[in-house]
Amino acid sequence: MPARPSSTPFVERRSVTAIDTARDSVESALELTPVDSHLHPEGSFDVSDHPVPTGREEIWRFTPLKRLRDLHGEAVYGTGTTQVTWTTPEGVRVASVEGEEARALRGVSGWVPNDRFSARVLAETPATLLVDVPAEAEVAEPVVVTLDGTDVEATEAGHVVLRFGRFSKAVVVLQHQGHASLAQVVEVVVGDGAQVSVISVQDWADDAVHLAHHEASVGRDASYKHVAISFGGDLVRMDANVTYAGPGGSAEMYGLYFADEGQHLEHRLFADHTAPRTKSNVVYKGALQGEGAHTVWVGNVLIRKIAEGIETYEENRNLVLTDGCQADSVPNLEIETGEIEGAGHASAVGRFDDEQLFYLRSRGISEPEARRLVVHGFFNDLIRKIGIPSLEEKLMSTVEDELAKNVLRGA
Amino acid sequence: MSTLEIKDLHVTVATEDGPKEILKGVTLTIGDGETHAIMGPNGSGKSTLAYSIAGHPKYTVTGGTVLLDGEDVLAMSVDERARAGLFLAMQYPVEVPGVSVSNFLRTAKTAVDGEAPKLRTWVKDVNGALERMNLDTTFSQRSVNEGFSGGEKKRHEIAQLELLDPKVAILDETDSGLDIDALKVVSDGVNRFREQEGKGVLLITHYTRILRYIQPDKVHVFVNGRVAEQGGPELAEQLEAEGYDKYVKASV
Repeated sequence: MPARPSSTPFVERRSVTAIDTARDSVESALELTPVDSHLHPEGSFDVSDHPVPTGREEIWRFTPLKRLRDLHGEAVYGTGTTQVTWTTPEGVRVASVEGEEARALRGVSGWVPNDRFSARVLAETPATLLVDVPAEAEVAEPVVVTLDGTDVEATEAGHVVLRFGRFSKAVVVLQHQGHASLAQVVEVVVGDGAQVSVISVQDWADDAVHLAHHEASVGRDASYKHVAISFGGDLVRMDANVTYAGPGGSAEMYGLYFADEGQHLEHRLFADHTAPRTKSNVVYKGALQGEGAHTVWVGNVLIRKIAEGIETYEENRNLVLTDGCQADSVPNLEIETGEIEGAGHASAVGRFDDEQLFYLRSRGISEPEARRLVVHGFFNDLIRKIGIPSLEEKLMSTVEDELAKNVLRGA
Repeated sequence: MSTLEIKDLHVTVATEDGPKEILKGVTLTIGDGETHAIMGPNGSGKSTLAYSIAGHPKYTVTGGTVLLDGEDVLAMSVDERARAGLFLAMQYPVEVPGVSVSNFLRTAKTAVDGEAPKLRTWVKDVNGALERMNLDTTFSQRSVNEGFSGGEKKRHEIAQLELLDPKVAILDETDSGLDIDALKVVSDGVNRFREQEGKGVLLITHYTRILRYIQPDKVHVFVNGRVAEQGGPELAEQLEAEGYDKYVKASV
């Protein structure tokens, strides 16, 4: 979508909900009248400022609240049933900190909660898991933090801070697995000129519930790569936000999800261009299979008046593999300045392309094998962008396992 | 040996107003080692013939038979037809994002042969086939047909023809959109295929240009879903001079 200069802010909203139809479009229609926007919330650290969501709110309307085990409301935020372990490559400090040190880290990313659960997490959890990468450190090995849930009945909360000093280079992997009901806030501070990747893998058992907010502040000329990979869990909802602490910062936000029967996987992105000449590039791809598989992708982009010369692109593609699935895909772009390099988005929900299958099969490739190739291809480009070979390999085999459930069957 | 026999083939396609008959009784036999050209104006059913033989789901066969060496092609699935020895070089090859040419070719070769090709010779074979099509070796790392130029798509089709080595190749307007250099490269590829013992070619084209490089044994003129006239190579020359007008008028 080409950006147009305008004196009044305008918002573009569209919702794609497709079960049978394939759509692929870059929308050009714009509402030129000012509209109420959920992209300018009044934040507060005070939990009492945030009523329990009812499900009618714009930011909650897709989430099946009943399945959240009241994590969004009054659930007890316990600790200790999810086992947290980590690797500590040389030069990195990883520690669970409490007291004054933990309190000083609440809101360190600039996040001021605009919902009840994240306000509660910041206010109530006693400890913070801190990954501290010193300035100018170049860490070759990824820091792997494993959160292994042991009890789905015990509702829990966690606060994680990933702090990358200026000009540092590092990769942090948050690996979620096991049985848990977890409310989580992950705050990321990317120092000036740092080049970092944060990869969050939701490889939960089938009964897990995970409500997460990731907030990143990207420093001047820094590069931030955020990757969300969601395969497991009964319900996973992740908000991943990025703001810019200075000009020239760049955020790449990638996501890959695969929803099976009855699963709800929701990813909400927000690139808030708060500084000039910043970049955001969002690519999320998902596949769905089985009755009641539901995915939600909401891509919010706000280009603030100060954010001249920025560039943003967001893309979401969904491949619906069987009947009975629903994929919601909603890009929102709000522009307060037209003095930008570029802004665009694409969103698609589609089934297997019959022409692709015919082409492959006309070369002797059987139908199940052709489907497998197409899905591999669909995810392949994205997986290659992650940049960690061992994880890429594992992801490919996870995709393979998912496909074995459905795509290779039938035909 | 390989013989493709098409007898009284009737094919419909679904339209908003119900099924529409496109092929109205096509009969022709491509004998062992023969090359046949099918020529005809747009909309005469040439491509429908190609896609029906390959088994595209858009087309419904309502009558007639297609036999490859006596075997009932129409009873086979799309991929079974390919494994039986049919190959369709498409006019508009389809993009398959994220699937590399190399992965695609290996998967197809494994499917057609029923076993994986030997790694050492296979890499050499692929590189050789690409090179002969003037496609450099980095080509095999690209996604299938994605971002290919029109010429690259067609040359990639013919590289597949060489590597998969079918019994009968159907070339659907492989010449369309090619400049003269690419046309020669593609024609050389087809001719190398034909030089082998017993290979059949059904060459569908709108123009006579490619027939200067690929000499057909027989030429069929297709009009309104039927073969309106048959002859030798001289028929192509006649069409070059006179066009399709007299056949189109006769069929109305």
